[in-house]
Amino acid sequence: MNSRSNILKKIAENKPASESLPVLRFDDTIHYADKQAQFIKALQNVVAEVLEFYGYAAINTLYKNLQAAGKKIVNTIPEIDDVNNQLPSLSAENLAGVEIAFIKGLVAVAENGAVWVTEEQMQNRLLPFICEHLYLVIERENIVDTMHQAYQKIDTAASGFGVFIAGPSKTADIEQSLVIGAHGPKKTTIIIIN
Amino acid sequence: MGKPVHSILSKNFIADNDRTDWHDETLWMVRKKRDYASSQIPEWETLRQWASQIKAHTLSNLDHYLTVFEKNANANGIQVHWAANAAEHNEIIYGIIKQTGISSMVKSKSMLTEECHLNEYLQDKGLQVTDTDLGEWIIQLRKEHPSHIVLPAIHLKKKDVSDTFHQHIQTEKNNNDPKYLTTAARHHLRNIFIKSKLAITGVNFAIAETGGIVICTNEGNADMGVHGAAVHIACMGIEKIIPETLHLSIFLRLLARSATGQAITTYSSHFTSPRKGQQMHIVIVDNGRTRLLGNNNFRNSLKCIRCAACFNTCPVYRKTGGHSYHSIVAGPIGSILNPNTDIKANADLPFACTLCGSCSNVCPVKIDIHNQLWIWRQQISKEGYAGKTKSLSMKVMAYILSHPNVYRFSGNVFRMTLKYFPFIVKNKLNPWYRQREMPEAPKKSFRQWYIQKQKSEFKKQHIKKDS
Ligand code: SF4
Repeated sequence: MNSRSNILKKIAENKPASESLPVLRFDDTIHYADKQAQFIKALQNVVAEVLEFYGYAAINTLYKNLQAAGKKIVNTIPEIDDVNNQLPSLSAENLAGVEIAFIKGLVAVAENGAVWVTEEQMQNRLLPFICEHLYLVIERENIVDTMHQAYQKIDTAASGFGVFIAGPSKTADIEQSLVIGAHGPKKTTIIIIN
Repeated sequence: MGKPVHSILSKNFIADNDRTDWHDETLWMVRKKRDYASSQIPEWETLRQWASQIKAHTLSNLDHYLTVFEKNANANGIQVHWAANAAEHNEIIYGIIKQTGISSMVKSKSMLTEECHLNEYLQDKGLQVTDTDLGEWIIQLRKEHPSHIVLPAIHLKKKDVSDTFHQHIQTEKNNNDPKYLTTAARHHLRNIFIKSKLAITGVNFAIAETGGIVICTNEGNADMGVHGAAVHIACMGIEKIIPETLHLSIFLRLLARSATGQAITTYSSHFTSPRKGQQMHIVIVDNGRTRLLGNNNFRNSLKCIRCAACFNTCPVYRKTGGHSYHSIVAGPIGSILNPNTDIKANADLPFACTLCGSCSNVCPVKIDIHNQLWIWRQQISKEGYAGKTKSLSMKVMAYILSHPNVYRFSGNVFRMTLKYFPFIVKNKLNPWYRQREMPEAPKKSFRQWYIQKQKSEFKKQHIKKDS
């Protein structure tokens, strides 16, 4: 506790006179004429695959086909299939072999291809990272211009964990050559529901 | 000269011409990606201004925001610890680990834990720490330190990585394919992730309003570590605080674009409370930062969000490599921060600079980096620490320039001289050096004239380069 009060005391002694916060005019930041087109462009930049479907029925068909092909799939979207209620308590060992996960995104960001997902949607915090191929489902109305509008739409404190995901995991740590599939998914597909 | 200085160390680095050229050109490419990404955002300059002002506001109310953060974090079930220095930081973390009885753990990238030499400390206690960011893991296997704060292994070639992996995880000898090597690392580290029950991470932003933290990665290694672990320990400097969630939108738009030219990192993870049954700790560290806060000249350096744009643009950094800075944080910002912790040991660093001002031009939080380096030089000289470092710095610059091989790729020494050392073209003998040996000279006006001159030279050659 001593260090706490010492640090706070030193700050109080050393900090400069109070400076004011800037006035933030987010309306003056970039707006895209076609948000969806910009979002798709941004997804291509982050090497994500894009599918555009009309309604959940098409996703259902895709899901059934993947199941029929024998894939190890975890679904978290009730519109697609039943959701396993054990999911939140599964460990890393339990989830290690997951090939595909379906998770719903709440907000999508046109400027950078990021999709906001919270603990409620993913059910298990590890799922979007440990699966090999991540499907993120986003409704077209939820695409916003930039991060400013995204943060105005979400409440980060409403869940214990939330993440913006932009494409599959990647690294360029070896000689700056881009390699897709570092520690997280090797592939990410964004399904936009029109 | 018992103590390593930048000028001597950089001679080692530039001894390998091909590698030096590659390092230089690669980082210049990253810098150009940053230019392109920022040019796509019409309000880029406004964002920089906002970010700088938000940081200035936060620093001027830092005690308030830290206590608000602590209160909210506690309410979320996070345990908050305070450390005055590196030693206390390490002791706190060891104390937490000891209570859990866990002996092996994963760690994601954190410059703070590097600054505190946490790995060495924990390993001395018999614990096993695995760095999981690919670049960090490579240098951990090689028992090296990061040479860049965002691209830790940028000083290595794929052949080096291949040799290291062959030795440690038995990859095929001479298979230098980055995809093959990355996949091998993925498999190896995945087993470690799955078994590991304790994760140590850094913090990119801590939000006072929510008591939560944000961690940005491309690889997903922080998340792979934390979500599988029973215990999460996050370490942050006091300057990581921002007031509100909405402010994140500004910093996240700036960070990745400035760092690598990406519009955003793959993962921007918001940890607000521990997972059910998980323990979460945050260690808030001073380690010289409050001293910096009290210094009018250098306070602004606490605004830094560690994007490394100033590294990538710096002609001296690109040419001499991170290890020449003999410090955990290299590059222009490191040359401001390191003399604050030990002025004597780091007296040479502010001289490893051409005062070209490019760093200040790219900095997303508008730190006046080159001005602060200039002020350090004056202070170091006044306090008598400059010694031979100034003349050595100048000698090495001359040495680099006198080796045409270094510029082989250009075929035009004069043009490249302009690119790297604009001051030499106009001034055969280094003017700022000479000038400060004559205290009665009109410092201020000369300095203004000089900096102005560098800026315009720099602009000219960059316009040329980019066109
Ligand atoms: S000083 Fe500025 S440019 Fe350099 S790392 Fe920090 S934020 Fe980035």
